[in-house]
Amino acid sequence: MFVITCPYCGERDQSEFAHAGEAHISRPRESETMTDAEWAEFLFMRDNTKGIHAERWIHAAGCRRFFNALRNTATDRFLAFYRIGEKPPEIDDVVPATPCGEAVGSGNDAVKVERPPEAGR
Amino acid sequence: MTSQPFRLNEGGSIDRSREISFSFDGKSYAGHPGDTLASALIANGVHMVARSFKYHRPRGIVGAGAEDPAGLVQIGSGATADPNTRATEQELWDGLQAHAQNCWPSLKHDLYAANDIVSRFYSAGFYYKTFMGPPGNWMTFEPIVRFAAGIGKTPDGPDPDAYETINRHCDVLIVGAGPAGLMAALSAARSGARVILAEETAEAGGQLLSLPESGDGAITIDDKTPRDWIAGALAELASNDRVTVLPRTSAIGYYADNFVALWEKVSDHLAPKDRNPLLPRQRLWRIRAKEVVLATGAVERSLVFHENDRPGIMLASAARTYLHRYGALGGHCAAVIANNDAAWQTAFDLQAAGATISVISDSRHQPDDALVNKAAERDIPVRLAHQVASTGGRHRVKEITIESETGNIEGFDADLVAISGGWMPNVALFSQSRGQLRYDDDLAAFRPGWHWQRTHVCGSADGAMTMAECFSGGARVGAWAAEAAGCTANAAPVPELANVGPEPTGISPIWQMVTTEGGKKAFVDLQDDVKASDLELAVREGYRSVEHAKRYTTVGMGNDQGKISNLNAFGIISGAQGKSLPELGTTTFRQPWKPVTFGAIAGQFVGADFEPRRTTPMHDWHVRAEAIFEPVGDWLRARAYPRPGETFEDAVQREVKAARTDVAVLDASTLGKIDIRGKDARTFLNRIYTNAWSKLAPGRCRYGLMLGEDAMVFDDGVTSCIADDHFHMTTTTGGAARVLTWLEDYLQTEWPDLDVFLTTVTEETAVVSLSGPKSYDVVKAICDDAGDLAPDDFPFMSWKDAAIDGVACRVFRISFTGELSYEINVPASYGLWLWEKVMEAGAPFGITPYGTEGMHLLRAEKGFIIVGQDTDGTITPFDLRMDWIVSQKKGDFVGKRSLYRSDTVRTNRKQLVGLLTEDPATVLMEGAQIIATPDEPAPPVPMLGYVTSSYFSPNLGRSIAMALVESGGARIGETVYISRKGAKPLAATVTETDFLAHFAEKADG
Repeated sequence: MFVITCPYCGERDQSEFAHAGEAHISRPRESETMTDAEWAEFLFMRDNTKGIHAERWIHAAGCRRFFNALRNTATDRFLAFYRIGEKPPEIDDVVPATPCGEAVGSGNDAVKVERPPEAGR
Repeated sequence: MTSQPFRLNEGGSIDRSREISFSFDGKSYAGHPGDTLASALIANGVHMVARSFKYHRPRGIVGAGAEDPAGLVQIGSGATADPNTRATEQELWDGLQAHAQNCWPSLKHDLYAANDIVSRFYSAGFYYKTFMGPPGNWMTFEPIVRFAAGIGKTPDGPDPDAYETINRHCDVLIVGAGPAGLMAALSAARSGARVILAEETAEAGGQLLSLPESGDGAITIDDKTPRDWIAGALAELASNDRVTVLPRTSAIGYYADNFVALWEKVSDHLAPKDRNPLLPRQRLWRIRAKEVVLATGAVERSLVFHENDRPGIMLASAARTYLHRYGALGGHCAAVIANNDAAWQTAFDLQAAGATISVISDSRHQPDDALVNKAAERDIPVRLAHQVASTGGRHRVKEITIESETGNIEGFDADLVAISGGWMPNVALFSQSRGQLRYDDDLAAFRPGWHWQRTHVCGSADGAMTMAECFSGGARVGAWAAEAAGCTANAAPVPELANVGPEPTGISPIWQMVTTEGGKKAFVDLQDDVKASDLELAVREGYRSVEHAKRYTTVGMGNDQGKISNLNAFGIISGAQGKSLPELGTTTFRQPWKPVTFGAIAGQFVGADFEPRRTTPMHDWHVRAEAIFEPVGDWLRARAYPRPGETFEDAVQREVKAARTDVAVLDASTLGKIDIRGKDARTFLNRIYTNAWSKLAPGRCRYGLMLGEDAMVFDDGVTSCIADDHFHMTTTTGGAARVLTWLEDYLQTEWPDLDVFLTTVTEETAVVSLSGPKSYDVVKAICDDAGDLAPDDFPFMSWKDAAIDGVACRVFRISFTGELSYEINVPASYGLWLWEKVMEAGAPFGITPYGTEGMHLLRAEKGFIIVGQDTDGTITPFDLRMDWIVSQKKGDFVGKRSLYRSDTVRTNRKQLVGLLTEDPATVLMEGAQIIATPDEPAPPVPMLGYVTSSYFSPNLGRSIAMALVESGGARIGETVYISRKGAKPLAATVTETDFLAHFAEKADG
């Protein structure tokens, strides 16, 4: 269970929050001029990022405000919390390289064990 | 004089002044306070405690703690029965009753041991092959396998014990109170940190407790015995009120952001009569630690050789623990099999305690000369570069044969075989924290590598295998952790160690002993009966990934999760693939570290506290009226009010009849209510409802539908205009919270420019809903100045302020039944008062309370929808044939664009219609499928739709139903058929959903 920093209230336990989907998807203002395909892109399509992902949370059992967070989905580490309307901060997350090229922390066998560089492919 | 033949006269943590009795498998034995069930059994010469899972082979005590693979027993009986308890972890109490499990009719005469004879049928992948084989195989095997394979018996009633969950924050959580953990705790405490120190066993000290206290092998710590030093350390920690020491507490899960679950066994070590009734049986600590120190020690691994599974064959470390911690001798004649130095000390200690050592057999060519000389001084036969060829003995090992490199075979007597395959840092928690492991060639084991949580590892858990490193590393890391948590580092001084014995160094890994005879029964995993040959077969059958090989063979599964065997398994699998062990990798260590009771996980949140229900201010009245209740969302609502002798169905019919002939009353307090204020409130309503709200005047109400952005119906309700900048919204009972969050989402993230504020007011008001031709009579009887509220002056879909005995209320002329209705809203604290007043004033008019079932039936008679019953998240307003509610004139609203997607404008979508069965007495089953033909064709049967609501209407004197039917609107008047199991489909006519209007027209025409 995460510790989440609400930009309005500060550090709280995850049990006070609810996840609210991918961030920075604006509801189109001119939807009537959009094709079905364009509209479907907004309505249905979401990224499934492995790595740094912007997502929304709501402090449901607190101030009830929505806010954004950057989380590395591979390591499950939060990198930043910021308010709705703000630009995501520039983040240079250090993700150690692994021999198979996948981010550390994934469920893949090959990244559970550190190997000497020469053992990589 | 003790009655325990293998009990030593001195040493250990047991209290010899008291003898306590216990039974195992119906036989009585004696033990002492401080014993575990396993140590007491060993003191009584009992090694065989179980039968294995698959082949029902005799299983003994192998370890001395959580690592023991197969010594699982049943403790107690009845509702408090505790199956699959590790004998090595169950502390002994007077009167304890333990039973062997997984055998029938008894442990020593187990008929299922025949499985062993047919073991070739149970090869690797038995389950997969049976599942995937010809259909019918599993059907044949299943009853036999299920009966034979069940381990333990479940309790026969609800758990009578109490459990609790508590939350705690700390600066430094230290897991494990061995030398490293104790030193870390001392350092962290001296640095001023808030410390929690969790120790899995009853006593702090770890490996120090498995060392001799006296004699020439006795270590001293600052010139003290290990136990005196431990006592001093604990006294220092106890004197610091920022330190919490938790014995009998295992860290079972390490989750994100240093969230660690600790499982404390508060009362399990006490006889029931000695347990404090105010304390729980077990406690789950949810710890959020700034820094975590893992001092979880190391686990000795077993050796894989032919017939290595007989009772009496145990880890060398366990033999030493029984000897020094519990004063129990594992056997009178011991053989020690090793590939490292530490195990030699076991031989010396056993001999010093009076056992004969028949042989030390080391697979290495050249162990430390000092050890070899020491053995020679003690006249212990030593064989180097030997492997075990076989063992003998039926229920307990009796002899062992070993083989030299040249094939020379030699036999030795042994009623105890102490084995050591080297030590593995216990990295389970580290790995759960998602840290990476690193293979260490010197240790021939994985040790902690890279990590990113705020984790520190010290002692043998970190691969520091010498006693000195454990002390110094613990002291250093404890101070670091405290400093990282914001304290000022003040490391405890490292004590002087003297006379430290051989350490587990110089390991020469050996994953499997291979002799000329070969050995079919070389077990890797003693719990799951996985042999070396099974792993090799899995590799031959193409299993490359270690995770797949694990699942195929079941190695490392079960309730021990292969704590002593996994590395051997990986070694054998990697060898068979010609890979190095780090190339193969490891399986994933997952939470929990060991099996946890459901009771501890549930904690105090059981019974009424499992899912607390919300009740209305009138709840006590409903209870007194003996209503039948149902959960609706979080609420508990009255479903019907049966009179004495009346069935539920009869009660509903009576209540529904009353609502259309006289007057009936519903407690509608649970409806979601949202107060909307701000100058842009109308704009907001226009955007979130499908219909137009610009012209709704103060005092008027309007029904609205909300759609998701996908145009699917999301919620509905009536919203009333209080003032131009103030509206009162109602939502469905179950949808209230969801709707509020959803509205807030749009306000906060899409339209922050709108001046609108939302407040949930659901619980502020109680709502009494009167329905029926005589409802105004009741209103007239209770309201002050009720003349204003007469139906002629008070039109449908409007509201007025009113008062009852001077209590201000709002009265709404809105209806979910289609009858003359009044919804009276009062402050919640007046809810019960109003309800009782209404019942009293309504008595002359035959007022009838009705519940949610009656409400459902009444609205169905009128053809009103229930979101979630007549819709399922795939239904648009057009599908409901409610085109009138979608404004074509106003601007954008949520879901608008999706109403015109190619899929939502399809003409063959399912639409909501009414159904009238040919036989008016037949009530369709909700969910029943609808087809086009009188007879059901051969599958696949084209389905037109399904029944969503179905009732017998007392007011219409016949059954009615609502259904979603393909192109339903175009089928009005047609006949469709409702499929039934095992009978001819039922014919029904498609109608409009307003059944009252349908039959009124018929009567008029």
